[in-house]
Amino acid sequence: MPENPLAFALGLLVVGAPVALFAILGLASLLLSKPLSERTIARCVQSSIVVGLIASVSMLVVMLTWGDTQIPMPIGNWVDVETPVLHAHYHFVFKFEFDRLSIPFVILTYLLCGTVSAFANRYMHREHGFNRFFVLYSLFLVGMVTTSLAGTVETLFSGWELVGLSSALLVAFFHEWPAPATNGLHVWVIYRFSDAALLMASIVMHHMKFEGDFDRLVTGEWPFATAPLESNEALFVGLLLLIAAMGKSAMVPFSGWLPRAMEGPTPSSAVFYGALSVHLGAFLLLRFYPLLLLSATLRGIVISVGLATALFATFAGEVQTDIKSALSFASLAQVGLIFVEIGSGWEYAPYLALVHILGHACLRTLQFLRAPTLLHDYRVMEDAIGERLPRFTGAWLSHAPDSVKTWYYRLALERGYLDAFLNEWIVHPVLFLLKKCDSLERAWTRFLASPTPSSPPPSDTGATLEEML
Amino acid sequence: MNNPLSELHAPWLEASVLFSLIGAMWVGRLRDPFVASRHSLVFNTLTLITTIGAWIDYEFINPEGFPPHDAQDWWNPLTHLLGREILVIDPLSAPLLSLVALLYFLVSLTTLRTKIRRFSFAGTLMSEAIVLATFSCEEPWLIIGLLIAGTIPPYFELRFRGQNTGVYLKHMALFAALLVVGQMFVDLEGRNKQIHSLWAIGPLLIAVFIRSGIAPFHCWMSDLFERATFGTSLLVAMPLVGAYAAIRLVLPIAPDWILRTIGLISLITAVYAAGIALVQTDARRFFCYLFLSYSALVLVGLEAVTPIGLTGALCVWMAVSVSLGGFGLTLRALESRRGRLSLTNYQGLYNQTPALAVLFLITGLASVGFPGTFGFVGTEMLVDGAVEAFPYVGVAVVIASALNGIAVVHAYFRLFTGTQHKSPVSLGIVRRERFAVITLTALIFVGGLIPQYNVASRTRAASHILKKREDVAAPKPDLVGNSAPARQVH
Repeated sequence: MPENPLAFALGLLVVGAPVALFAILGLASLLLSKPLSERTIARCVQSSIVVGLIASVSMLVVMLTWGDTQIPMPIGNWVDVETPVLHAHYHFVFKFEFDRLSIPFVILTYLLCGTVSAFANRYMHREHGFNRFFVLYSLFLVGMVTTSLAGTVETLFSGWELVGLSSALLVAFFHEWPAPATNGLHVWVIYRFSDAALLMASIVMHHMKFEGDFDRLVTGEWPFATAPLESNEALFVGLLLLIAAMGKSAMVPFSGWLPRAMEGPTPSSAVFYGALSVHLGAFLLLRFYPLLLLSATLRGIVISVGLATALFATFAGEVQTDIKSALSFASLAQVGLIFVEIGSGWEYAPYLALVHILGHACLRTLQFLRAPTLLHDYRVMEDAIGERLPRFTGAWLSHAPDSVKTWYYRLALERGYLDAFLNEWIVHPVLFLLKKCDSLERAWTRFLASPTPSSPPPSDTGATLEEML
Repeated sequence: MNNPLSELHAPWLEASVLFSLIGAMWVGRLRDPFVASRHSLVFNTLTLITTIGAWIDYEFINPEGFPPHDAQDWWNPLTHLLGREILVIDPLSAPLLSLVALLYFLVSLTTLRTKIRRFSFAGTLMSEAIVLATFSCEEPWLIIGLLIAGTIPPYFELRFRGQNTGVYLKHMALFAALLVVGQMFVDLEGRNKQIHSLWAIGPLLIAVFIRSGIAPFHCWMSDLFERATFGTSLLVAMPLVGAYAAIRLVLPIAPDWILRTIGLISLITAVYAAGIALVQTDARRFFCYLFLSYSALVLVGLEAVTPIGLTGALCVWMAVSVSLGGFGLTLRALESRRGRLSLTNYQGLYNQTPALAVLFLITGLASVGFPGTFGFVGTEMLVDGAVEAFPYVGVAVVIASALNGIAVVHAYFRLFTGTQHKSPVSLGIVRRERFAVITLTALIFVGGLIPQYNVASRTRAASHILKKREDVAAPKPDLVGNSAPARQVH
């Protein structure tokens, strides 16, 4: 139990509200033969969001009133085992932490998720997967809140994975068609490698400091904390964290998943990929900001990645023909700039980046939610000004020769051939090798099955249930 | 076993084996497969109850905080009959017995009408008796005999189904021969000798590799999955008998350096099998490689011989048995509805069987150690132990886990999405399957959200195992087993 019981109670509400929502919606889907009504689901979601938001704002007020800048909320040792004979001890701490970084982020999460849920109640009305959407939405909320408030690497990793899974399944939400499923898988693959990088970073930190607790990894309050690591250690861990952040925030060369993620329903695109999920990478870097300060090389790499992504997203975004893709690239450009800010190492860079994230997420959510009515909005504006809206073209491009324009257009339309590059040089060779191994195995099995000629493996069920019934 | 054993409050172990044996004989006499199915379920239930009884009883007489020790049945008629302890229970086997019985029970329970005529209930009960006896046994020669006996029922099933038995027979013959040869060398060198030569350890190790499906000895497993019924294949694979053989036969006599070398081979297999699972076009083969990857990961943890790694491996063992068992049952339920499942095209089954889709995802993700599920903490511990034992390459466990996660979601999308499967009849989940679904889901989440009990129990088992080989770890011996004085395991 922490020193301040009020803060602890509020903290429990902040964390518990989305967990309760997910438990209710998930269990109802699993146990009830008939899904909950739209109205019940909407009420559950609203109640959870309102409780969580009020509790998190109250927590901010409590912190400001008492002058606390860091309130840890240990839930306890999830696992704590010790074998004295073998001198082995393992504990798995589940801990949340309210500080200058987590409180704004969690309030932002509740605010945007609340807005989007209100929008989605109408947007998804009578949609076949209404219930499924909100189950995944609640899972996403649990993941976001857990990640935002994580006080240990393990807690952060848990939330990180939940965000990844819910995102991938939401991209494939309209699962009656192949394209959403393919794109959902694409998102999942990138997220999975990002998760692997984060897990490796967490293991390395464990082995360096024997703890996954942020308090032990960095000393002091965010963002002025210091990390008791050597520069090369910080570079190694930082690179792993950067890979995780790059995957989650769709940085170059992993940018391909972001436009694909627009395959999902608009509300999820708005809140997840346009506003919250895409900023998680930047959040991770902010959380481990003291590590970045230890290595100039690491900061240089972060800036390079951010700049490359901002430039790429600006180029690619200009030729997108649908509003959601255009907005996703606009988001990406801003996230790239946020990376640059973080990498700058400037004294107030963490605050600048945090404010940038908050502002950008709100603006982008608004734009995404207005996207379905874009034509209507344009018409209203054109009616108001009495003429067509002006069309903007890049100043330098208008002076460029046609061949350059065409080349630029192709490059931008193909999104810098990044997907093609990854497919051609990584995915296809690996899959080719694995298929080769598989075919060799089959040949070896056929050889072992001789001298009796090997009959083809049978279809196990002569008659399926479908046929029998 | 020279130390006197404590006694359980009832002959649970012997009763569980006996129920399965009597059940096998009883059900074997029945001609109507539907009646056989119902009767078999009764015997499966009795066996499950007795194994749970054994577990609870063992925990009662071995409370946490006290050094764990072996126990045998009350009255133990087998001991009186044969003059030596045959069936015993220890911290390792106590929950495993219940887990094995639960798997057999659920497989029998979820055998639908489409499968009933081709599924051997008598053979399954016989296999259950053999596996339960194996898991209750610590005597090397008895374990070897039971391991060899356990290979016979699947062979007969393949024969009765008119399938080619070549691959299975060759692997199992080699398995049996290596077990016998290895143990003979162990006996020749003297049972009390702590460090045995490579002549003794080598054959036993390769036998364990064959049974666990470690590359390059794994092809029999994919062949069995393709040719036998899914239920039988599942029950041959899921109890991880190979891992049990490793703990009982190899771990007590092999020095650290051999185990670590072997651990590396298992690590390679884990990544390799995860990769191969990605490119499978048949759901059964996909499942088989997913299983092989996890079977190899369990061996990685066992062979890391660190307390954390070993505990992680034992936790993953439990988690994999529950989650991959459930995953296999889901695939089997889908097969009952659609026949053999191809992963080359989208099947779009979500709308027809949403409950199975959810279970598929939950069990699949639980098997890859997703947060909040049974396997999460175990996988974390396994990774920690692997990195400790194999610095740098230990992170391959993370890669294997990532690849398995991709393979599971890929299969999910292929089977349940991408199109809409039209069916004139309902393909929804039936009551028996719903029961199995809820049982497994509850186990997965309870084990995931409240992991302390399971981890503490596996830590005790790991300590028990490591204590038994306390004086074994020694510098590299030569081929005839000459070695420097023994040292303590860290």
